[in-house]
Formats: sequence, structure tokens, C-alpha cells
Amino acid sequence: MEEKILDILEEVCEDSDVRDDLDMDLFEEDLLDSLAFAELLVAIEDQLGVVIAPSEVTRDDMNTANKIIQMVQSKAN
Amino acid sequence: MSFFSGAPFFGVVFIIAILALLLGYTERPLKWLNVVTSILVVGFVLVEKPRQLFFFLMFYIIELVLVKGYLKIRTEKGRQVATYRIAVFLSIVPLILCKAGEIVCLYQIKWFQFVGISYLTFRCVQMIVESYDGVIKEIKVLDFTVFLMFFPTFSCGPIDRSRRFVEDFHKVYKRQEYLELFGTGLEKIFLGLVYKNVIATIFFQIMEELPKATIMEKFIHVYSYGFYMFFDFAGYSLMAIGVAYMLGIKVPENFKKPFLSVDMKDFWARWHISLSEWFRDFIFSRFIMLSMKKKWFPTRLFGASVGFIINMFVMGLWHGPSVHYILYGLYHGVLLALTEIYQKKSKFYKRNKKKKVYRFVSWFITFQLVMFGFLIFSGQLIAY
Repeated sequence: MEEKILDILEEVCEDSDVRDDLDMDLFEEDLLDSLAFAELLVAIEDQLGVVIAPSEVTRDDMNTANKIIQMVQSKAN
Repeated sequence: MSFFSGAPFFGVVFIIAILALLLGYTERPLKWLNVVTSILVVGFVLVEKPRQLFFFLMFYIIELVLVKGYLKIRTEKGRQVATYRIAVFLSIVPLILCKAGEIVCLYQIKWFQFVGISYLTFRCVQMIVESYDGVIKEIKVLDFTVFLMFFPTFSCGPIDRSRRFVEDFHKVYKRQEYLELFGTGLEKIFLGLVYKNVIATIFFQIMEELPKATIMEKFIHVYSYGFYMFFDFAGYSLMAIGVAYMLGIKVPENFKKPFLSVDMKDFWARWHISLSEWFRDFIFSRFIMLSMKKKWFPTRLFGASVGFIINMFVMGLWHGPSVHYILYGLYHGVLLALTEIYQKKSKFYKRNKKKKVYRFVSWFITFQLVMFGFLIFSGQLIAY
């Protein structure tokens, strides 16, 4: 699961740096914005079958790779 | 009485603040104070215009039935796209009728024209959409009523979200935490008063007194109007947030130094934030997600550009069915699309974006674009 999410993140952010530091703030580093975030949610739904609505989470809940992994895992269970 | 102006309103707020302080200091719930004061204050404001009061009550009943009714259907029948879309559409019908009444040829239909309807509609749509998402499982009538009628944010926002609001509404604060919240609220109210009644007034005076003869004077007019807009609205928002804090509700912020924005995307992350985030979460993101799933567009960037333009077009239209508001929306939509394309495609941008000189030039250009946007918004573009 974790590996798959990192693959998705790498694709959406168009940058392999996301793997280097899983606690990096992706919004502050300009790796994620509103558009990339929407793409991320679609990819998570398509590839992992986990549905997260855009207004369901705040940016602070999903601003690092680790938080995203945690969120998807908690929704998957 | 009207919201956030004049002695009667501030007199009432003063009394409410003392009651809130007494409850908060003794660690009692603020819930019932919120219920009673919201109904009373909104009632007092609307009762002076019986037609507005009537349409507000109609609006309240219609939206309550829609929100509760849709949630019931959603719980029993699951996610049905058609019912969901009908419910969302019906919930904005009152707003559509209200705005349609502003078009000259339809001037006779003055339905649903009451203070606050534009902002209240956001809250109702949000509850229906999040019910569809499965994020909202329950909406109590009392929670719905106070969320809708909470008096500090009734007429002009900030646009709060129901789940966040309801959590605060039921919260009982510890003394220390409440006193800090109350203090912050007080600071915000004073800052808001200075913004709105001192600084905005100065810019307004400049616009009133200064002739528009030379180019220089015209420029000063445009910039004064931009600053007036900011200090007037940000001041109002600060007061609304401040009073809400005193009542234990941490309403979201609305402005974050918008004139320091380095690009147009940055601007919309700093200007009327509760509005732009609402549009982001309920229109832009959903449009992008749907268009990706259905593969409407050949490239992501193309889809994003269309998304920005539609999003801002609706935002413009929401201000009112006038040419200048629609132009204002389209202007920002096109600028956001261009910004997106530039930032994704330009190697020059990627190389230089972190440099100080680049950021300064980018800030300067953004500032002019923002000010020109206000000129469109003012409806005075042709007059210049």
C-alpha cells in the first residue's frame, strides 16, 4: 500500500523528491497544489479503491507523504 | 438595526459579550447563548423589513426540508447521482430567483431578496454535497438552524463549514482556553474597526475628493479603490470573526495579506479565503476529478484551464448577474489558467522562481493585475 501511494505521489507531483523525506510539507514545497491534490484523490480512488472527497479533509490532514499514507490506510480499513 | 454598524448593533454585541464572558469564565456551555442571540439578532435585523423576514423564513424551511430530506434518501438509498444533483439544484433555486430579480427586465420579481442569502446558500449546498460524499451522517435541526443563523457571519461570512461549526458549537471550554479565545476575539474586533472605519474611510475620502483629470489621478483612484475594498471587507470579516470567537466559534480567516501575493494563484489563497476555498472544494476539485475520470480533455493542463475558467465564471456570476461581475470572474479565470500553463511549461519559471528579483517582479505584476481586476469589479472600467 505504502509503495503504491508513493508511486502515485511521484507521478502526481512529477518529482521523485517526494520519496526522500516523507514528512516534507508538499504544499509548502510547491509539489502539491489544488490541481495536483484533485489528481491525487482521483488516483487514490482509481488505483486503490479508496474514496476521499475534496472537502472531507483539510490540507493540514494531508500535507505530507506520511499523513497521506496514514489517511488512506485508515480509510481502507 | 443592521449588522456591524451603528450604536444599536454594537450595544447588543457588548451585552452579548458580557454574557458570553460570564458563561465562559464559569466554564459553562455557550451553546444556548448562541441559539438565543442568533435568533434574536437576525430577527431584529430582518423584522424592520417584513418582506425580507418572510423570504428568509421561506428559505429556511425550503433548505431545512432539502437538507434533511436528501440526507434521509442518501442514508436509505445510497449514492444516487440524479437525486443528488436535483437536491443541489433545488437548494440554489432561491438564490437564482434572488439574483434573477436584479436583471432589469425581470425587475418585478423580487423574490428571496434578503440580506445574507448569497452566503447562506453556500452553507446549505455544502451540507447536501457532504451528505452525498458520506462525510455527514446526521444533521440535527438545532445544529442546522444555528449554523445557518449564527449572527456574526449571517450577512457576509466568512463561510464556515457545518462539521467544523457544530464541533465548536457543542464545545465547553476550559477557563484559560476560553479567556484566550475571548482576548483574541477582542483584538480582532478592534483591528477590524480600525480597518473598516478608519483606513477604509480614508481611501473612500480620497476617491470622493480627488478629481479624475490626469492619468496620475486616475491611477490613484484605481489603487485607492483596491485598498478600500480590502480594508472595508477584511475589517468586516475581522469583526465577524472576533465576535464569533467570543461566542466560542473559531470561524475561519478570510484574508491573509493579499497584496503580498507573488502570483494569481497565491492571490486567491490570500483573498476572500473562505469563498475561494469553498469554490475550490465544491466546484473546481470536483470538476477536475470528474473530467479526469470521464477523460473529457486530452491533457491535464487543458482540463485545469477549463476548470479555472468555469470556477471563476461561477464566482463572478455569484456576485450578481451584471456584465462587470461576469467579466471580473472570467478575467480571474483566464489569469489563473495562464498562470497554471506558465508555471507548468516554462523552464524560465522553474529556474528563477526562488530568486529574489524574480519574486519582486512577479509580485509587482500580480499587484497591477489584481488592481485592474478591482477596476473591472467596480463597474467603472468604461468611465476611465
